[in-house]
Parts: sequence; C-alpha cells; structure tokens
Amino acid sequence: MAIALECRPMLDDTTSLALTAGDAVSVSGDLITIRDATAKRLLEMAQSGNALPLDLTGRLLYAVGPSPAKPGQAVGSAGPTTIERFIAYLPFLFGSGVKGIIAKGELHGDITGTFRECGAVYLAAIGGLGALLGKRVEAAHVVAFPELGPEALHRFSVRDFPAVVIIDRHGGNFHETARARWRRAPRP
Amino acid sequence: MRTIDVRVLTETTASLLVDANYRIPPDILTALRAAADAEESDIGRQTLAHLVQNYEVAAAEGLPVCQDSGVTVVVLETGQDVHWVGGSIERAIFAGITQGISNGFLRWSVVGDPLARRMLSGAPPGVIHYEIVEGDGVRLTVASKGFGAENMSALRMFTPADGTAAVQDFVVDTVERAGANACPPIIVGVGIGGTFEKAAWLAKKAVLRPIDQRHPRAETAALEADLLQRINDLGIGPQGLGGTVTALAVNVEVYPTHIAGLPAAVNLGCHSNRRISIDL
Repeated sequence: MAIALECRPMLDDTTSLALTAGDAVSVSGDLITIRDATAKRLLEMAQSGNALPLDLTGRLLYAVGPSPAKPGQAVGSAGPTTIERFIAYLPFLFGSGVKGIIAKGELHGDITGTFRECGAVYLAAIGGLGALLGKRVEAAHVVAFPELGPEALHRFSVRDFPAVVIIDRHGGNFHETARARWRRAPRP
Repeated sequence: MRTIDVRVLTETTASLLVDANYRIPPDILTALRAAADAEESDIGRQTLAHLVQNYEVAAAEGLPVCQDSGVTVVVLETGQDVHWVGGSIERAIFAGITQGISNGFLRWSVVGDPLARRMLSGAPPGVIHYEIVEGDGVRLTVASKGFGAENMSALRMFTPADGTAAVQDFVVDTVERAGANACPPIIVGVGIGGTFEKAAWLAKKAVLRPIDQRHPRAETAALEADLLQRINDLGIGPQGLGGTVTALAVNVEVYPTHIAGLPAAVNLGCHSNRRISIDL
C-alpha cells in the first residue's frame, strides 16, 4: 500500500523524514513544474537580485514538460523527465526552500549528499507513463514564463500521483540498492 | 517511371506521426506483455503492468503515449525510378511533421538553435534520412525519438586489436551508465563498422528495426542474444527499480569497414520506441 503524501502546498517535514528509499508513495496536492529552461530562468532571476515568481519554501517540484491539453483535459500527457539535467540547479533550488523533486532517472555521487544536507527527497515517477500520469493532474495553471510553452512554470493540482522514493533523507539511494540486489555475476 | 506528387509526403508524414505517438508498435507491446510475466522482481512486474496499461489507454483514447514526442526522424526510401513532382521533398516532409505535431496535440520538443536554445522561424522541425533503392517503390518511416534514451547513446572508434570483446563491453557499459535515465526496459541498437557517421546510422537503423526479427546472419544473431543476456544480468530492471528485464531486445547491424578500424555505435531506445512505416 502506497504511503499518502500530502502537499498542500508544502511537503510536511515529519512525513518526509519518515520516508525510506524504495517506499511507494501517492502524492496529492500541489506540484510546481520545472524544466531545463525554467530552472535556468529562476537561477538567472536570483543571480540578478530579482524576487522569484513564487515562494518555493517547502515545495515539491515535478520535472515535466507536458504535451498540450486536448479539449476537456487539464494537461496532455505528463510523465517525468530526467533528473540528471537538473544537478546544476538543485543546490540553488534547495537553497530557495524546495524540499523535494519528482523526476525519473538516476543520481549518484556528491549530489545525493546535498539532498540529505538540505532535507530534501527525490521521488521517481515512471518514465513513459505520460498518458496515465496526465490523468492524475486535476488542474494546471501557468504561474510564470508562459513564453516557454511546455517549459513554463506551472502549478499542478494532483491527486494520487504515484511515485517511488529513490533518495531519502537518511542516505538511501534505491537505484543503487535495487541494482546491487538484482545483478547477476558474469556468466562463463 | 512513376510520378508522385510530394503532397502525399506531407499528408502521410502528418498522419503517421500522430499514429506513432498514440500507438506503440505491436511487437513492442507484445514484448512488454511477455516481460510483465517474465520479470522476477515484484516492483519490476508492477512497473511493466503500468506501462502496458498506459499504452492501452493511450491507444483507446487517442493520447500521446509520452509527453516527449521527441525529435521526429523520417526515413524516405525512394525508388530510383520515381519522379517526385509538385515541389521540394524536404519542405513537404517538414510540413508534415509540423502538421502532425499540431493535429496530434503533441509537444513541440525541438529548439531551432541548439546553442542559443531559441526557437527559429522556419527551422527544420525534425531529421530526414534518404535512401535510394532499386525500382519504383517508396517506403516512408516516421519515428519519434525521445531524448531520455537518445542522450545516453554513444559512439566509439575501436582498433582491430580491441576486437569483439571490447565492442561487447562498450555496449554493456553504455547500457549500465544509462541506467534508469534511458527509461528501461530499453531497445538497444548497435551499429558496427563503416565510418564514423555510418556506424551511427547503422545504430539508428538497428534501434528502428522490429524487435521480433533477429539478424539474418547467424553470428550476428548470436551476438544479439549474448548482449541481451549480459544486459539483463546487470540488474537495472524496469525503470532502474531492480529486476531481470532491462532490455527487450538488442538489434545489431554490421557493415564493412577500414582495415585499420572498428567503429561501434550504440543508440538506445526507450520502451516507447515509436516508429511506423508505410509503403506508398
């Protein structure tokens, strides 16, 4: 049974601390979307001394660039994108108050320590599950950078959005432990 | 001599692009269903079952299987006895890609200037490859190449002394480094031989080949089987969550090369390896 994770709009610190790498979670509440171009814009705003378009304190991000909504849809297909491309931006985002990110793909090395130090978690959604994950988004609003199209900063209201805890706040990295468990020795 | 108006390329490219994004190829869906039974890890089986459901819902409701409709790759195999009329072949195909993205509610995923990261008016919306074949037949293939897997692809120029073992290790290492990023279970396209660019093109052709077809040459088919086993022994599993199904298939293409060289390229395809071909 998946652990219910409420994000209305902040990710609760006690709940987040209780997560262990490998846990299945079901997220409900608000997610803030981020893409390569979105992250770059936010960083540039901060570096030039401008206020960010919204307060990121306690927020859970979702690395996604949705496809256009058909009539009657909140968003089109909306699966996760690869987290590795955000390594350069994560320290800044965590410094701005972000407490977690939903994406897909692997993280290794120093950046995993940054999660622990900043009290943040990494949750993986299934890559290529776009049609089903788009249905878990009940509403979508563009908060900033509408000119970036799918890379605009959106606020998604999600219900029962499925993910797996990859990096917890205690040093766990589920991709590493899972691979070690299932790896078979080379055959002769 | 057969005369064909290029307008047919616009219409066909547009409709194939939408179809490819709503329905993954039947050979891949069959392999995913089989993998959902064969996978040994619980979380891996659950993940594969979700993927199968995603593809069934996308096809039934007319939704893009993935938000990353990728870079559109079009392969036009045209007979040397075909006379194309009515305008530019290239512009006709590009117009078809643009229409398909719009008609299908697909995400515009291409940036016109790769360094400045800017949209450019009139910039090519995809990549076209042409092959001239005998006769007056025409085959059009439209593929959507997502970049989770494309970004993890690799090419290396080996020497003859490095030999088969080095090429095999390179393929397996490329998959291991890609891990969950390439959206496993993946399809692995390998191109061996030719020149620098030929190896890459062979790898692309390999990743676009149906996965229920082994290479007709026995020794190449054996190489495919051996690589598949080694890759599935890595333990990466569906989405990197651990398991015994990391790749659905390894497709290898080979070509003559220089006496001093051994080029090898690995093009990874995610499980949404969207492609569709039609004979015109």
